Amino acid sequence: MSTAIGPAAHLGTVATLRRGFRLSPEIRRGLGVTLVLAAVTTVGRIVVPLAVQQTTDRGLLAPGGPDVGVVWRTVALASAVVVVTGTCAYAVNVRLFRASESGLATLRIKAFRHIHDLSVLTQSTERRGSMVSRVTSDVDTISQFVQSGGIALVLSLGQIAVATALMLVYSPALTAVVWLCFLPLLVVVRQFQKAVGRAYTSVRERVGDMLAAISEAVVGASTIRAYGVEERTAARIDAAVEAHRKAAIGAQVRSVLAFSSGQLVAGLTLVVVLVVGTVLAAGGHLSLGELLAFLFLVNLFTQPVQQATEILNELQNAVAGWRRVIGVIDTPADVADPGEAGTDLPRGPIEVEFDRVSFAYPGGPTVLHDVSLTIAPRSRVAIVGETGSGKSTLARLLTRLMDPTSGVVRLDGADLRRVRFSSLRERVVLVPQEGFLFDATLLENVRFGRPSASEAEVRLALTELGLEGWVDALPRGLRTEVGQRGESLSAGERQLVALARAYLADPDLLVLDEATSAVDPSTEVRLQRALDGLTRGRTSIAIAHRLSTAEAADEVLVVDDGRVVERGPHRDLVGQGGVYAALHASWSAQQRGG
Amino acid sequence: MSVAAAPTVRRSLRIVATGVRRQPRWFAAAVAGSTVYGVMTALTAWAIGKVTREQVTPAVEAGHATSGQLLATAGWVGGVVLVNLVAVVVRRIAAGYTMYDVAAAYRRDVTRQYLRLPLAWHHRHPSGQLLSNANADVEATWNVFAPLPMALGVVVMLVAGIVQMVVVDPVLALIGLGVFPALFLANAAFQRAMSPRATRAQQLRADVSEVAHESVEAALVVKAMGRESEETERFATVSHRLRDANIAVGRTRGTFDPVIEAIPTLGTLAVLAVGTTRVAGGDLAPAQVVQIAYLISVLAFPVRALGWVLGELPRTVVGWERVDAVLRAQGEMRHGEERLDGSGPSHAVLRDAHYSYDITTEEGEEARSRVVHGVTIDVPAGSTTALVGPTGSGKSTLANLVVRLVDPERGDATIDGVDLRRAARGEVPGTATLVPQQTFLFDDTVRGNVALGAPLPDREVWEALAVAQADSFVRQLEHGLETRVGERGASLSGGQRQRIALARAVARRPRLLVLDDATSAVDPTVEQAILAGLRQSSAGTTVLVVAYRMATITLADQVVFIEHGRVVDHGTHAELLGRCAGYERLVTAYAREAAERAAVAGDEELAR
Ligand SMILES: Nc1ncnc2c1ncn2[C@@H]1O[C@H](COP(=O)(O)OP(=O)(O)OP(=O)(O)O)[C@@H](O)[C@H]1O
Ligand SMILES: Nc1ncnc2c1ncn2[C@@H]1O[C@H](COP(=O)(O)OP(=O)(O)OP(=O)(O)O)[C@@H](O)[C@H]1O
Ligand SMILES: [Mg+2]
Ligand SMILES: [Mg+2]
Repeated sequence: MSTAIGPAAHLGTVATLRRGFRLSPEIRRGLGVTLVLAAVTTVGRIVVPLAVQQTTDRGLLAPGGPDVGVVWRTVALASAVVVVTGTCAYAVNVRLFRASESGLATLRIKAFRHIHDLSVLTQSTERRGSMVSRVTSDVDTISQFVQSGGIALVLSLGQIAVATALMLVYSPALTAVVWLCFLPLLVVVRQFQKAVGRAYTSVRERVGDMLAAISEAVVGASTIRAYGVEERTAARIDAAVEAHRKAAIGAQVRSVLAFSSGQLVAGLTLVVVLVVGTVLAAGGHLSLGELLAFLFLVNLFTQPVQQATEILNELQNAVAGWRRVIGVIDTPADVADPGEAGTDLPRGPIEVEFDRVSFAYPGGPTVLHDVSLTIAPRSRVAIVGETGSGKSTLARLLTRLMDPTSGVVRLDGADLRRVRFSSLRERVVLVPQEGFLFDATLLENVRFGRPSASEAEVRLALTELGLEGWVDALPRGLRTEVGQRGESLSAGERQLVALARAYLADPDLLVLDEATSAVDPSTEVRLQRALDGLTRGRTSIAIAHRLSTAEAADEVLVVDDGRVVERGPHRDLVGQGGVYAALHASWSAQQRGG
Repeated sequence: MSVAAAPTVRRSLRIVATGVRRQPRWFAAAVAGSTVYGVMTALTAWAIGKVTREQVTPAVEAGHATSGQLLATAGWVGGVVLVNLVAVVVRRIAAGYTMYDVAAAYRRDVTRQYLRLPLAWHHRHPSGQLLSNANADVEATWNVFAPLPMALGVVVMLVAGIVQMVVVDPVLALIGLGVFPALFLANAAFQRAMSPRATRAQQLRADVSEVAHESVEAALVVKAMGRESEETERFATVSHRLRDANIAVGRTRGTFDPVIEAIPTLGTLAVLAVGTTRVAGGDLAPAQVVQIAYLISVLAFPVRALGWVLGELPRTVVGWERVDAVLRAQGEMRHGEERLDGSGPSHAVLRDAHYSYDITTEEGEEARSRVVHGVTIDVPAGSTTALVGPTGSGKSTLANLVVRLVDPERGDATIDGVDLRRAARGEVPGTATLVPQQTFLFDDTVRGNVALGAPLPDREVWEALAVAQADSFVRQLEHGLETRVGERGASLSGGQRQRIALARAVARRPRLLVLDDATSAVDPTVEQAILAGLRQSSAGTTVLVVAYRMATITLADQVVFIEHGRVVDHGTHAELLGRCAGYERLVTAYAREAAERAAVAGDEELAR
């Protein structure tokens, strides 16, 4: 059901470029003018060496002794051309950079947005570090190619065309010889390109692996130190670094071989032209001067050919990066926002209905079996059950972080799949078991729940939850920086922030997945009371191992091995002598301390 | 040469030299290849001249080309071309090895440093920035090795060329040589314009990485709150800044490249103009002018390789500064020589420990915030001590002090009487094990996560899993111990992850086990079983446990109650209940709540 993020490896070079250009329309904007300017630049590249040659032939070596006038005139003219074409080259560069960088920024942002649009399951098919590389280093690769090679490729191709035209003027026969020598190169280069392309694709993947390995060492810093496994972690990173080094060198060797094939052909062409030219000249079909002039032109031809093979190699690197970015963008978002076609949830307390819902994680066993249940609007429900019984899975289905494998989840009678995300996320808020705070102030973190909230509203929310005392005791109050992932707060404090954030969002259905598991009992009891008062009249669902939550709920749902095995008010269930009664007995024994 | 740019060039050359020292062989091979290339390129012109004079011209004049003449022509030119080709292949492959080997070496160094530096340092450096240091910055530093060998070959070529020019005609040579100061001047201007722009672009690249990394880590919360658009907006802001910085870099390069290209051409033209005048004046033969003009134009293309190197240098310096900042970062934990040998449970003591965290204010200023004030805790060998205190009171900080994840600012932490600062490297983790509050699993198999590389037999892994009550669900996993758990254990439930982390600690058979709220995601029955298992298997272990649950606390021989980073009271549970109001309020909160609720319900029933 869920899709993995692909490398879009099926796309060929041209298709990748075409798709890449379409995703970044800015690249094509004004391209016509840029190409015209590039053409001027190309002509300049040919004109100048020609002028040099003409000056030499007609001025310096003029039959009646050097003609100073001619020389100075051509030199002046050529200098003017140099200045004009230099200016054009500058204009081309700047236009190209502006277009490509704008286009790439758009591409980067699109890919980033799409990562967030992918379902949680799709997101988890790739390691975070690797995913990050798709919007960072992969895009950087493309950008670097454009900065160094983009214009040179255009110029080289232009120069090849112009040089061919000039060669034809001197000697069609020798021109044919030159092209005959180069034709096989076209075939060889194509083959090489494929190999080089594969090699660079592997390099890009290794970069992703490397970043993932390094990211583990950075994020897991404290666990690594606590267990003294620095060596082992280092070995894992080294393996990834080494794999990347090998891949990079492999790509380098392939691209060198591809490049040298161009150089080889260029050298051979020179030899063949010399030999054939000598024969032709000896036969009187060509003057010695023409032969020498032609040699000069061959040089003007082979240089850009070599440069172009080189750039095409680098292009493969860029294309490999491009493919990975496109790979993200082309991965279908399988839990998709119905958008315009969808419906909005009407305001007011929400009713929840699970209709024969089953769920299996991709490639795994079924973890929810045919669950049917209704949660009445305004009720406060606690979900309890053993670890791994499927509670968080239930919460994720309820908030449409995932879609059921079979069956339907309905909110207020509407199939969840048809509810617009804008409406859903506003009305239904989940505080997940794995909370996350941003590296910003406490204020900004709470405000994440409702970006439009003012500071006073944030403060009010914290006060209503009874947390103002805690906030004021912090070194900078609301302005305290919480650090990366909130690590400058204690674990319990992080949960307080996450809870305040959800509370500020003011949802009609609040789902708490172990939202207070690390908070001390008396704070938890206080919070519980505050929340009870505040969520009265709304629907709330709380998953908790601390059964105090269940005791306070209107109704308790007991999940066991993917099924709802018991439900009812706490007091009824305790009397039934079932799973819940056992759980609760052990809980209260713990409270009594026995 | 400009004053400002000179240090950049010198500095970057020093950086390059540092890199070369890491891979001298490959670099030497690349330079050797490049030298041959330089010589051969110069020889190509010479070989063509030679065959033209000795073979082609006679053949044309004779009106007939012998096969000997043709063979000699092909042989000379072809030979030079082939040797040149081999040289280029050697140069490029060796340059590739130099570049990637040096980069890999620095990536290893940088990541070693990540593993070595203290947690406090990590708190100050966003993960995304660190990723960028290890990847983009290392790359930026050593990319210069791609064009460098060729540029060195070009220098050889240049020297040869200059000698030839001077021999032919010193006056024209002077004009020709004028090209080089012009190139260097242009480059100096370029360096000065480029450095700040390159620095900015590189910093922004890291900023983009930082936002991307954080946002991807936060993906679940972003989705659950429906904040995709806001996050995209945030990312777009830095991306657009990077775009503008890259355009600024491009504009500078775009100015530099045509100038560098134009200078040799203009030089050639000047040589021609002046040369012709001198020929007309009878000071020079036309062939000499042609030779010098030809030399300059042949050299013009390779000279651009110098431009590439010079163009890379600002990035090299910027990248290096960022990498070097990590490499030079201080604060690594020092270790002593003492061993923590001995068997059986350890005796851990915190004596008058103080601890402050470095915090950054919103304005980016550094400050310190003290969270542990003169705490003394004695955890006798073989005992179980419970650490109890409200949220944010400093329990985790104390736990970290006990296993020396951090060092106290004042006071000391000892195990078996040895000051932890004097213990040898690896001794503390070998003796004391912390199960942190925040579970962290590696992207590895269940076995890998439990054994952490130690060669444990299956039986011991299973035993550890059994103590942590993780054996039954692991058995149900498709590949059992060999199941990969995904990044950070993503394919497991919260409680399952916690239990694997617990098994990991148990498997090490520590002499001191510190559990920091390690069962918060586990249901009551399972927790009971875990505690029972621990009690059985850890007869030889001292346990320090952060807990709220009465059951856990009452198992403890001693309870230490912490508030606001100070020990308020310690003693047995019963003692504390009797004399410490704060403690009593905390641990009986649930019971009181339940009682109250029961009373209210009773009243309601009565009222009915
Ligand atoms: N991303 C995933 N991929 C594959 N399997 C998963 C994934 N997440 C959870 N599971 C499996 O699905 C089952 C139910 O997990 P779930 O997280 O819903 O449990 P839970 O009841 O919330 O447990 P806990 O109390 O430990 O949080 C578990 O067996 C778990 O291993
Ligand atoms: N890295 C840090 N930087 C700055 N302050 C910190 C940092 N870590 C913790 N603190 C602060 O130090 C205090 C003690 O934190 P600690 O994590 O030790 O508390 P705790 O008792 O473990 O709390 P909990 O029960 O929530 O886990 C808290 O006020 C917290 O905000
Ligand atoms: Mg869960
Ligand atoms: Mg803690």
